[in-house]
Parts: sequence; structure tokens; C-alpha cells
Amino acid sequence: MDIKRRQFLKIAGLSTIAGIGAPAAFNLLLKGQPSPVSFASSGAETEASHEAAPTGVRLGMVINQRVFDANRDLAQKCITACHTAHNVPDFGNPKDAIKWIFEVPYEKAFTEKSHYHRSEHQHESSFLVLCNHCDNPPCVRACPTKATFKRKQDGIVAMDYHRCIGCRFCMAACPYGMRSFNWRDPRPFIDKTTYNKEFPTRMRGVVEKCNFCVERLAKGLQPACVETCGNTGAMTFGDLNDPHSEIRKVLDENFTIQRKPALGTLPSLFYII
Amino acid sequence: MYDGKYIIPGLIVFVAVMTFPIWKNMGNAGPAPKLEKPAGVTKCVESAQYMRTSHMKLLDNWRDEALRDGNRAPVEIDGIKYEKSLMNGCLKCHTDKKKFCDECHVYASVKPYCWDCHYVPKETF
Repeated sequence: MDIKRRQFLKIAGLSTIAGIGAPAAFNLLLKGQPSPVSFASSGAETEASHEAAPTGVRLGMVINQRVFDANRDLAQKCITACHTAHNVPDFGNPKDAIKWIFEVPYEKAFTEKSHYHRSEHQHESSFLVLCNHCDNPPCVRACPTKATFKRKQDGIVAMDYHRCIGCRFCMAACPYGMRSFNWRDPRPFIDKTTYNKEFPTRMRGVVEKCNFCVERLAKGLQPACVETCGNTGAMTFGDLNDPHSEIRKVLDENFTIQRKPALGTLPSLFYII
Repeated sequence: MYDGKYIIPGLIVFVAVMTFPIWKNMGNAGPAPKLEKPAGVTKCVESAQYMRTSHMKLLDNWRDEALRDGNRAPVEIDGIKYEKSLMNGCLKCHTDKKKFCDECHVYASVKPYCWDCHYVPKETF
């Protein structure tokens, strides 16, 4: 076959243009709209989640600080109930401490709410903090193994310790500091007298946090801390998306604040101060 | 080959010594593990053969269903409800891990990491 250089270049150029252009042209013709640009879609999704109409169950909690202030021992009882129910170890060293629910002063819990002069009440009381079970959880986005994930059926941010590789990205991502790392084997540091034989322990090298008592909810029980508060009204637990739930009634009737709302993580925990 | 009369017999002796454990135990798998089966219970969630070969897959499936899909409903077989859990299910009947789980695991030289987190009856305390 006799082909000239000039002809060869022409054919090659035309086929290149056809090869690049054809898929785009097909997409346009078949769908009748331009194909979405991939890198823009993730941003659009998160934006939409802020405004999306609430669907399904979203479990949340209201903590009434006034009740905790009136009853000073109650917070410690909640902590003990939670930590014994979940076999949380006590290393006796604040650097290694594992905490699912704990008390912090006002300025540590609500860092955004700075004041020149706070009321005595804010100054003196300590506030119970636990995982916020955010609707837009940054820890879930950071986890490389999907060991931490948001449950579709109730919005609980859960941990799968089988998958956790201990990279601690979630700890860096959580703006509330609600995650703890097992630097050592926690088993020898669990109180043997109160050991909960129905709940597993963790192993060295995994991150752990509050699980909103999924194992208790599955049995139709309330979370351990909520159960400890009983009918004092110190803690209200329920479905935030159900307009007839008790928690919605409490939220309707009271002015509540959240931790670091400006970050857009949409916490499911509310505080009555 | 120089010194072939030394090298070749030497090699033969070397191979014979190195493979001695294989020759010695040829056709002898050692005593089969004897499991202590739970008293008074004749049925498990699956057939004994399935459990022997695939209990780890079943446990993995249970784990994913309970933990990730949130489906903790008990498995019902022939009217008996079994909780989908190693600690609260399997170990309720198979109470002695040492005489049941460990028998085969030691024999097959597998080291499952279940027990790093899940409760071991009697041994932990």
C-alpha cells in the first residue's frame, strides 16, 4: 500500500479527535444533558445533606444541665454505669485514659461560646460529654477502613473494632475529642468484679468511643446513662425526626445549645444550660 | 567433578536427615482432636460437617449482620432461638473454650484473634 506521510498524519489526527470526542458526544445524545463532572459531585452531596428533609430515625439526646447541677452525684453515676456496661478499662493514668462519657468544664465543652464574664452556674458546673453521633460525622469520612460508620437505620455512629487498624485518623478528625486509643492491652485494667460478660472488651491498638448503647437498644433498653438518670429528666433519649417523640417535645420547649455547631457536623446531642 | 565420591553421598545424607521428620511421620496425622460437646444438646445452628468446615464464615456473617447491618434478631432453627453472637450465643452451649475451640485450633495450628476481645469463660478469671 502506498500512503504518503501527509495522508497518514491527516488520518491519525482525525481518528484521535473522533476517539476523544465520541464518548462525550454519545453521553450528550443519550442522556440529553452534559455528564456530571466527577470532582464536583462530592461537594454537592454534603451541601445537600444540610438541607435534606429529615427521613428515617435519627437518635439523639438532650442533656439537662440544671438537673445535673441540682444532683451532683448523678453525672458520676452515669459515667460508672456506662463504663461498667462496656468494660471500659481504668489505666490509672490520664494520658492513657479511655473515656466514653466524662465531665468537662464549660469552656472545654463549649469552646465557641466565649464570654467576658460567665454566670456562676456556668463557671462551677461540669458538663457531661460523649460522642455527639453527628449527622455529618467527620470521623467516618476520615476512617480508611470503614471501621467507624454511620448506621443507616438510626444514625448512630458505630465502631467495628474488627476492622480498626489503629491509625487514629478518626481521633484527629473528631472535633470534640470523644475518641480514645488503647495504647495497651485493656483487659488487665478492667475491674473484674463488675465485668460485663455480655459485652466484649477491646484489644491493644484500637480506637473506642460511645456507641449509644446499640447492644442495649437492640434489646429494647435505654442507653445505660439514660437509664441511670431514670425519670429525673436529666437525659432525654429518642428519635429526633419523630415529631411526637419526647425528645422533640423537650427540644420544642427549651432553649438548647450544641457543641461547636459552626463546624457543620450536625451533632445529635443537645444541652439545656 | 572433583571429589564426587564425597559430595554425592554427602548430599544424599543431608537430604535424608533434613526430610527425616517427614519420613518418620508419613501417614500418621497424630491423634485426632477430641472435642467436648455440650451436654444435653444435640443440634447446632448448622450441620456438624458445615460447622466443622465453615464456622468461621458463619461467625463472620453474623458479625457483619449484627454490627454493620444492625440486624441482631436471633437465628431460629427448629423453634430454638440462637443469639447471633459468639459470647452470648455459641459460648452459651459450648461453655468450655479450652475443651472445644482450642482442641482443633491447636491441632490445626490456627490462632484466631476472637479471644483478644471476646470473653473467655473461666480462663480470664
